[in-house]
Amino acid sequence: MSDSEDDIILKDLNDADLVAQMHDDLYDGMADEVKEGTQILLGRGWDANNVLAEALVEGMRIVGIDFRDGILFVPEVLQCAGAMKGGMELLRPILAESENAASTGKYVIGTVKGDIHDIGKNLVGMMLEGAGFEVIDLGINNPVENYLEAIDKHQPSILGMSALLTTTMPYMGVVIEELDKRGILKELPVMVGGAPLNQEFADAINAHTYGRDAAMSAELAKTIVGKNR
Amino acid sequence: MHSSTQKTLIIACGALAKEILAVKEAMALTDGVFDLKCLPAGYHNYPNKIVPGLEKIINENGDNYDRILIGYGDCGTGGGLDRMMEKYPKTERLPGAHCYAFYAGLPEFDAMMEEELGSFFLTDYLVRHFETLIVKGFGIDRYPNLKAIYFEHYKRLVYISQAPSDELIAEARKAADFLGLAFEHRPVGYGELASYIAQLAPKETADV
Ligand code: B12
Repeated sequence: MSDSEDDIILKDLNDADLVAQMHDDLYDGMADEVKEGTQILLGRGWDANNVLAEALVEGMRIVGIDFRDGILFVPEVLQCAGAMKGGMELLRPILAESENAASTGKYVIGTVKGDIHDIGKNLVGMMLEGAGFEVIDLGINNPVENYLEAIDKHQPSILGMSALLTTTMPYMGVVIEELDKRGILKELPVMVGGAPLNQEFADAINAHTYGRDAAMSAELAKTIVGKNR
Repeated sequence: MHSSTQKTLIIACGALAKEILAVKEAMALTDGVFDLKCLPAGYHNYPNKIVPGLEKIINENGDNYDRILIGYGDCGTGGGLDRMMEKYPKTERLPGAHCYAFYAGLPEFDAMMEEELGSFFLTDYLVRHFETLIVKGFGIDRYPNLKAIYFEHYKRLVYISQAPSDELIAEARKAADFLGLAFEHRPVGYGELASYIAQLAPKETADV
């Protein structure tokens, strides 16, 4: 940190100003500042859930809007995500220990077979965690067997699949068909996402829900498990 | 008899402009065998701009041409390009999902992905503009930490070259080193782009 005179001293701000400042810092990808802000709010007795929701998730929601509108591009969004991660690392152990740690639900997510794009998936995973989901991330290049195994092992409330290539999108349909054949689909809502997808495609492959962006996907996921206000 | 009176417009990705002209020259096609208009190569990273960009040019110029060749693959439009083209019967496009596939040849591209899914491809164009499009375009210059985030799952860089020179090969190798990937060079030439342009040639010269 420089000691220029206009530097804002985070701990001198009142709660509302600090949260607003954290949104700005998150937007600017300033990981250290976001961490410091998180620490200060916790120090002032804030509940970790509220720090997560009001400072971090809300900040990232704003980032998501400007990404969608073409104001921010991938590198900036990744810096923002990095900053959010820093804050989350501080909150995670507290959240895990807290009494009311009732998880929103389990969410298995992975990029489909043949595809190794994972930025969008990771962002969605982070926002899901922010929304209280226990996220099981299968990583990239997942054949149907991986999804089946994870469903069997973790009994998730939602399955999410990501694809960024025109050539790998159809594989989502293959997985959904297999789930249907095995009678899993009627109990397990499947969400799909990735830049080349749209609602029509999601409908065509019989997906439960299409998630256009990370913040919206987290909200939709909460609605699916009945945890949305 | 080829129909020399047929007027053809090619609307291509800016990343193919030089290559389309090189193919034209190699086939000794006369000027006027087609007109060429390009969209910015940067649309690559913003695929939702591709369809509206093409449609604008088609609407402004389409009436003056008998045939419109679109110099794009699907290029991440998620089938959107094909859906748009259904509205314009004069249009056709390059085969496959993207330029890497139609340069290498569709089955050959699939084979390379089968061989190593962690392959990152560079064409002549991307080698020439690696610094601008990859290093700066993806913000690696501003945020060096992003290199590892982008390329974590990649193993090799495959330079699928059109008209490789020693210089281009050296540049491509440098790019691989920069990204920490193994380097391979596969001279694939112009692939399906050449066959595509060749349709426009008078019959006698079509297989140059
Ligand atoms: C960044 C990027 C890369 C990075 C990937 C880094 C990584 N670790 O993922 C790098 C540079 C390595 C790369 C490589 C390649 N790429 Co690329 N890449 C992109 C780019 C520019 C952005 C994708 C991205 O990360 N966006 C940012 C995130 C945040 O957005 P998102 O993924 O859409 O995710 C959001 C939503 O879609 C949704 N979402 C996503 N997943 C999910 C899942 C669920 C369950 C839900 C609910 C929601 C959801 O929420 C997310 C957050 O808001 C796109 C173009 C574009 N603008 O889409 C091309 C693009 C996808 N790539 C493309 C290509 C061709 C390639 C390469 C073949 C290029 C090459 N030179 O080799 C290779 C792939 C090789 C291989 N072996 O597979 C093409 C695909 C074309 C096609 N026809 O399919 C695109 C469309 C570019 C283009 N126009 O040609 N790429």
